[in-house]
Amino acid sequence: MFVARSIAADHRDLIHDVSFDFHGRRMATCSSDQSVKVWDKSENGDWHCTASWKTHSGSVWRVTWAHPEFGQVLASCSFDRTAAVWEEIVGESNDKLRGQSHWVKRTTLVDSRTSVTDVKFAPKHMGLMLATCSADGVVRIYEAPDVMNLSQWSLQHEISCKLSCSCISWNPSSSRAHSPMIAVGSDDNSPNILAKVQIYEYNENTRKYAKAEALMTVTDPVHDIAFAPNLGRSFHILAVATKDVRIFTLKPLRKELTSSGGLTKFEIHIVAQFDNHNSQVWRVSWNITGTVLASSGDDGCVRLWKANYMDNWKCTGILKGNGSPVNGSSQQGIFNASLGSANTSLQNSLNGSSASRKQS
Amino acid sequence: MGLQRSEEELAGKSRKAQLVQVSKNYRSVIRACMEDMHQAAVSSRDPALQGQYSTQVSILSAMELIWNLCEILFVEAATAGPLLLRLLDWVRLHVCDVDSMVREVLSSESPSKHKLFWNVVDVFVLQGRMDEARHLLSKEASANPASMNMYKILDDLMKKMPVPSLGNTQTLTELELKWQHWHEECQRYLQDGTFASNPHMESICKILLGDEDAILEKKELMTTWYHFLVTRLLYSHPTVKPMELRFYAQSSMDLFLGGESSPEPLDLILMAAFEFEMHQVIKECSIVLSNWWFVAHLTDLLDHCKLLQSHNLYFGSNMREFLLLEYASGLFSHHSLWQLGVDYFDHCPQFGRVYLELHIERVPLSTEQKALKVLRICEQRQMHEQVRSICKIMAMKALRNNRLGSALSWSIRAKDAAFATLISDRFLKDYCEKGCFSDLDLIDNLGPSMLLSDRLTFLGKYREFHRLYGEKRFAEAARLLLTLMTAHIAPCSFWMTLLTDALPLLEQKEVIFSAEQTYELMRCLEDLTAGNPDKQKFQDDDVETTKVEMLRLALARNLARVIVKEGTVEGS
Repeated sequence: MFVARSIAADHRDLIHDVSFDFHGRRMATCSSDQSVKVWDKSENGDWHCTASWKTHSGSVWRVTWAHPEFGQVLASCSFDRTAAVWEEIVGESNDKLRGQSHWVKRTTLVDSRTSVTDVKFAPKHMGLMLATCSADGVVRIYEAPDVMNLSQWSLQHEISCKLSCSCISWNPSSSRAHSPMIAVGSDDNSPNILAKVQIYEYNENTRKYAKAEALMTVTDPVHDIAFAPNLGRSFHILAVATKDVRIFTLKPLRKELTSSGGLTKFEIHIVAQFDNHNSQVWRVSWNITGTVLASSGDDGCVRLWKANYMDNWKCTGILKGNGSPVNGSSQQGIFNASLGSANTSLQNSLNGSSASRKQS
Repeated sequence: MGLQRSEEELAGKSRKAQLVQVSKNYRSVIRACMEDMHQAAVSSRDPALQGQYSTQVSILSAMELIWNLCEILFVEAATAGPLLLRLLDWVRLHVCDVDSMVREVLSSESPSKHKLFWNVVDVFVLQGRMDEARHLLSKEASANPASMNMYKILDDLMKKMPVPSLGNTQTLTELELKWQHWHEECQRYLQDGTFASNPHMESICKILLGDEDAILEKKELMTTWYHFLVTRLLYSHPTVKPMELRFYAQSSMDLFLGGESSPEPLDLILMAAFEFEMHQVIKECSIVLSNWWFVAHLTDLLDHCKLLQSHNLYFGSNMREFLLLEYASGLFSHHSLWQLGVDYFDHCPQFGRVYLELHIERVPLSTEQKALKVLRICEQRQMHEQVRSICKIMAMKALRNNRLGSALSWSIRAKDAAFATLISDRFLKDYCEKGCFSDLDLIDNLGPSMLLSDRLTFLGKYREFHRLYGEKRFAEAARLLLTLMTAHIAPCSFWMTLLTDALPLLEQKEVIFSAEQTYELMRCLEDLTAGNPDKQKFQDDDVETTKVEMLRLALARNLARVIVKEGTVEGS
């Protein structure tokens, strides 16, 4: 059963990203109006805007939360070629009464020479680290060595992807069997058959990120990419939003014992490909356990995908952008078809929502 | 839960009884919900809400219908003979559309004159309720003496009808024989035209003979094909074996629906049950029901009956776990039901733990109590990483809100030395600025957790120093102060403060520091000023220089006094 709720966001321009915090009770939105808004969910389930401020001098493409172990921290990236890290300051008591909070900029990352298209924090076991990717094809990885000092970030790695990058995703697996891994998607539009998804893995010996794989079958522009949470599986699952929804599994094969040592080779399978959106798919997002994938597309719909116990992926729900369910979506019956679990375990973003209305 | 725990216990017959009991418990839960919903529907005045409740009631009743059938066929695994009796009970319990009609007729003054009289008799006969049918017929007979003869014969037939018994008083073969005789007797009476003058009685006799057309005529009274099935079985194959059910079920449904309407999902589920296709039942239920409660629990029960495994080894236990994981995951998004989810995950051997780890981290820690609850659950299961993470999150939250005491206790719980050091530094900084400590209780009662980090140890000991001073236990305080510096527990940055704290002790009328201690203090002071790279700073800062000079003076004076005191021979 889905309950859709509309929130008038009051952004003055297109909203490009929506991001929930770790516990699902706070939400950040960012827009072409150059601002970021933070929303808090009250006890009775209503969302209130508790902060709204100008963050960049250009459209803000993405916004993302750090793990609450590091406090209340956001990162944003923008067309103005910068990415920024923000921290919430506990305000004066009268501010609290009014339900407002303040966010201060801790640092600006200015290394990019082109629009920064995505920013994502690394899994918490890697410390306070984030990655950005830019339209000039460079992925940068920054680290804050002192987690109590958010103004000191150092550029640790620069990865040149040779294609204009649009999205990145860290592999959340904290297993020691897996090295840190990051997937990069490209929306390069020039007519070529280059792989638009690349996987970079950290090499302990060279202390650098090296390209481990390229998904050769993905040749259309990629808009979003997301690793699924790892449930103790030995292999990884990656969702790609391109002209359709695709789900890949990456099984690590034995590490090659070459002189550079330790570069994993992967066996790649495509386990699902869905073109139900019948248009460009803009966002993909996993639930906590990596069992349900949500996708949104230019058809204005959000679709939910789930694998049954035989590992067959199927669509289990469709939601229109205005929150109404689509008829004939899944199965008919005496009872309503649904997913059975409430929406809070799903964190989904809808891209390209219109100016003043945003659905959750 | 009780079902899970009884895993290793009873075996054999008593186990089966226990499983049946569990199944009945589930059903009574469903019934109770139905009751509540029904009450809510009846008492609510909002038509939309009423509609919602009514839908819920019908869903719940369908669930109970399916569960009951599964209980009969799978859990209890009723064998030929008792099977029919159970199915009869099942039908009587669930086909209630005719109840109001029955009540109406029975409560009227002269039932036999009621226009629906014969309908009610038919209902009783169709449901195998012979005694009630006979009772009604007797009323008709007394009102209508002309048909007394016919009535007596019919009554007799109905009385003599052999039915399976629950106990072991007769074998199936015996029953079949008796039934054959009885059947032939009914046949004779019908063919003799005994009931020719009364069409109602004649049709009853045909029903008794299991005449399908006669039974089908009473479609509206049966309302469902499965009622038709059971009636058919009662009057033509009372010794039906479980495995034979599927044939009769299929043909019953076809005959009943007669190509007019197509089977609904509920019908398909029941059909799958009659065909003993358990997986099919579960699959259909999953598709059609809107939450996982039903399939998860039913599958679990069937799994415990060891029924799923016999069907398909690979999927049997995995499916149960899969469904339970789904159900429990759903519970986790609820603000209070998540605690139930924990139990479910505990009983999923393969993925339960990792699912629980992932979900428990995301439970919003809105209050301290909730955090503590979550922590207890993690600690009980040795989920150390989750404990650390949750404590860290709480500590961070407290620190941001400047609740240093809370932050400190959370970081101690997280065993996070680095964070504890950080917070201790903050405490000390606050002390330097404000001259007093906050959260004294906490610091005073640190106990062994003080050892988590050096800074924390210092904080605790420093506070102890202040306490000793407050209690005028000067000698002890002095000793402690010295130890703090000489044992290098105190950070260098704090030495100045410590020495300044020593001043009042030096200025006391009584001599507190011994000669040796004084020498130590002087050494510390010199170490501090001499080896200090910020010597420049010391010299420029007047306050600091004055302090140092005062210290030197006080130390010298104390030394003088103590030498004298120690040199003096007592009592002379």
